[in-house]
Amino acid sequence: MISILSVEIPYWGQTTFRVLGGLAAVLLPAGALVYIYLFKLMSFVQSRLGPMEAGPAGSLQLLAEVGKAFQKEDIFPRKADKLVFAAAPFVVLMSTFLLILVVPFGPDAWFVNLDTGIFFALAVSSVSVIGILMAGWASASKYSLLGGLRAAGQLIAYELPLVLAVMGVVIQAGTLNMQEIVYAQAEGEIFGISGIGNPFIITQFIGFAIFLIAMQAELTQPPFDMPVAESELVSGYMTEYSGIRFLLFFIGEFATAGVFSMIASVLFLGGWWVPGLDPDSNLFNILGPAVLFGKVMLVTFLIFWFRFTYPRFREDQLQKLAWKVLIPLSLVNIVATGILKVVF
Amino acid sequence: MSDFLRSYLVVAIFGGVGVALVGAFLGIASLLRPSKPSEQKLMTYESGVNPTGDMWAQANIRYYVFALLFVLFDVEAIFIFPWASRLEALGVFGLVEMAIFVFILLLGLVYAWRKGMLKWV
Repeated sequence: MISILSVEIPYWGQTTFRVLGGLAAVLLPAGALVYIYLFKLMSFVQSRLGPMEAGPAGSLQLLAEVGKAFQKEDIFPRKADKLVFAAAPFVVLMSTFLLILVVPFGPDAWFVNLDTGIFFALAVSSVSVIGILMAGWASASKYSLLGGLRAAGQLIAYELPLVLAVMGVVIQAGTLNMQEIVYAQAEGEIFGISGIGNPFIITQFIGFAIFLIAMQAELTQPPFDMPVAESELVSGYMTEYSGIRFLLFFIGEFATAGVFSMIASVLFLGGWWVPGLDPDSNLFNILGPAVLFGKVMLVTFLIFWFRFTYPRFREDQLQKLAWKVLIPLSLVNIVATGILKVVF
Repeated sequence: MSDFLRSYLVVAIFGGVGVALVGAFLGIASLLRPSKPSEQKLMTYESGVNPTGDMWAQANIRYYVFALLFVLFDVEAIFIFPWASRLEALGVFGLVEMAIFVFILLLGLVYAWRKGMLKWV
């Protein structure tokens, strides 16, 4: 029987807790990212104020946007494949909820402690590609079709560096389990110095950089936004979606950005653990989610910083970066990490 | 039920939560939104002009070679994962074996590169 904070809870109670926690863990970071970064930071980067009217400093703008989307008419284009068109948002959001499962929030606070951990996460993260292809194909629009095809080409190209960058962390930690990866960082040492443990960002810096770039591309955030490129493809695979269905894709995009950042924080920044504290203390069951959220905001700051400052990559440049730079580099990184692991 | 199956029950439940959330959003929206379809609204969007031709037009899929390479490297990743998590036990032998494996795959990538397959034509 699993106990949270040393209290015995029946299985249905635990499951309810987990479902509520999962909803919070997916939706709250997504909302925070959209308001703090997409609304406010983007405005400041572009020398404007951003939303100011709804609530203090525009903090209720998000509610206004959601309320607006709820009232919009639901339009299915006459030529669209109705069933697939309607199913696509379900697939995209389901992939996000499966992805959050393996993220640990504290020594006892986790949804499910799978031994396949990071492998499971990488597997289900590709499910959203199917949703995007479904949306692009079913819309029966030229823009959507091109957007969907570009998305497929980009997502398969950047999935490889993403998977291979994780391999360095797996070699160092010696496990695929996300919880044990956090412990490996908390109890690790860098060449005999154990003061701050071993957050893998220090020993796996190349892996972290590759993971971050590949993550940016997997999330189709600018500068890797060829699939949605609003100046040429209107909105890519989302062109024909209106109102609440468009909002669902939008939520999916930012929720996935939040969840991917959580995975990056767990793999490279030590997850819920902070240097100097005992990872087994019960304190982390309370403090852990807050620590993880702080690290997520750090990682997403980098993502959005790149998003606001770099111009869009051309399709050929994008493929060149993945196949000719990131994949060879990550393969070399794996071998180098393996040699260092065996020698030391 | 064993703990192993229980943990995958949570996986199924979370998949269901994702679907239920989308369903709830669509359900609430269906109570609030108007529905006045017209011929123009149901048209495919093509920058405001009348759409021409078949919407499922033949497109030049330029990256089928990339897709083939992807399958190759993805299978490689599946082989590397178990090796990576057991490297401490395998030691130098495992390292040399994997170095040869990765070298052969890199050779394949170099071959595709030299053949001009990695160029976006």
